[in-house]
Amino acid sequence: MSTAFAVQASEPDNYYGYRRFKKGAFEFHRDEYFVHIRWPKGTHTMAADIFLRALQRDIAWNFFYGTVNFDGVFGTLNHYGTVDMFAGRFNDAYRKAGRDYNETYKSEDLMATFKAILEDWTNRGYDPFAAPEETKQPYGRKDGDNKRAIERQRVTAKRMVGLPGDTPQRSDAGGYPVNRHFADVPQDQPEVYPEPGFEGEVSAFNLFAYLSRSDVTWNPSVCSVVKDSLYCPTSEEFILPVEHGNDRVEWFMQLSDEIIWEIKRKETGAPRARVVCRAGDICAMPADIRHQGFSPKRSMLLVWENNSNAIPALIESGKAPVVPVVF
Amino acid sequence: MTDVKTVFGSLRNYQKGGVEVIDDDPRNYVFSNVFEVAEKSQPYERVAVGKNFDYVIEALRAEGTSPWYACAHDEFALVMDGRVEVRLMKPETPLVPSDKSGALRLTAAPSGRKMGRVVAGRGHMTLLPKGSAYQFHADQPSVVTIQTIQGDVTVERWADICQTK
Repeated sequence: MSTAFAVQASEPDNYYGYRRFKKGAFEFHRDEYFVHIRWPKGTHTMAADIFLRALQRDIAWNFFYGTVNFDGVFGTLNHYGTVDMFAGRFNDAYRKAGRDYNETYKSEDLMATFKAILEDWTNRGYDPFAAPEETKQPYGRKDGDNKRAIERQRVTAKRMVGLPGDTPQRSDAGGYPVNRHFADVPQDQPEVYPEPGFEGEVSAFNLFAYLSRSDVTWNPSVCSVVKDSLYCPTSEEFILPVEHGNDRVEWFMQLSDEIIWEIKRKETGAPRARVVCRAGDICAMPADIRHQGFSPKRSMLLVWENNSNAIPALIESGKAPVVPVVF
Repeated sequence: MTDVKTVFGSLRNYQKGGVEVIDDDPRNYVFSNVFEVAEKSQPYERVAVGKNFDYVIEALRAEGTSPWYACAHDEFALVMDGRVEVRLMKPETPLVPSDKSGALRLTAAPSGRKMGRVVAGRGHMTLLPKGSAYQFHADQPSVVTIQTIQGDVTVERWADICQTK
């Protein structure tokens, strides 16, 4: 049985047209360009597009693995059932000054407020999942909505894309045209010759063609599953809208083009490295960092996750290392 | 005609990136390139290029005909370069204990029923179904990555393949 969680929202502002929202001691409001966040120990301002693109991912990923930093100050930390919303929690200066603040909610409770904010603050024609060149601007006073764009579901194959009963392949007819940046990607399909009785098991699909038809950016989708090993490929363009601080090691295999990653310390935000990934490169993101990617052209990235629920506690307790391999 | 150029890698043409250290050890990122690994490997050597607890991604150079393998769980083969035929068999009796992880190399072709075959090119992903046996064949050197669990055939040589400084 599902529980409806109350969302504290004001009437629309007389001038800007947007509602104000309150969750616990956090308050949110937006104007034509900016989102303003207030908590008992401080205030924070973000550009509306940066906030909305981050909020869209946090919702689509169900708070994802670990920390989703909307920027260097505001974000969420997933405890898988409950979630923290914080300000300054992963910012060295805020911590030292005692200006950081944190509240914990049931995940569905905070999700209800986040979805209400996203729905109210996303205007007609603006798609937070899209690359900047593919969408209208999010600025200005309240102007309609874009529910069709923000309610897209994250794809999660149970075994492999294209298998009977599993996530279908993408096609023009299904509403997934080839993206403009992947117009040269071959759309051929593997030759599959099953013997009678094995039609459902002898199976293959063109992953690169599938990715070339993705209508979202920075939204990993499960395409193949080996127990807790999840292949989550995605198409990337412009900037990863969050600084992701994982609670486990994740891996990136660059399938096409190039992404530059900025790596910072998870707890403080201090720079550690830049990682340049080109086609065929594969690398780990340690469990004690946060990362943000920059993709000059739309590119294909294979995000590889270990979905085991046991890992965060193992790393937190020091029983498992923050790096996947020691050599 | 489009003037867009999507850059994929290949055995003959790849441009490796790398780790630019600010305050770190590049080994933390276990950075390698699957084409470079395949270029320097023996045919069908299954070299781990990614590892997350028991799970691995193996990179292999497909060239000629491989041994037969069997596995108790699903695996997935993604062709990164070239063209590879995957031949699938259903063994008469299970060849691998159900609790054994990773692929097992068979000493000979298994007896059983033919399941079928797949001819896969660049970007094509093929299911290697649990409980089956399979064999690869490539007329020209090709590159395949496999999503699997670490097993007897998995080769680890991280210091040789990864950026260390």
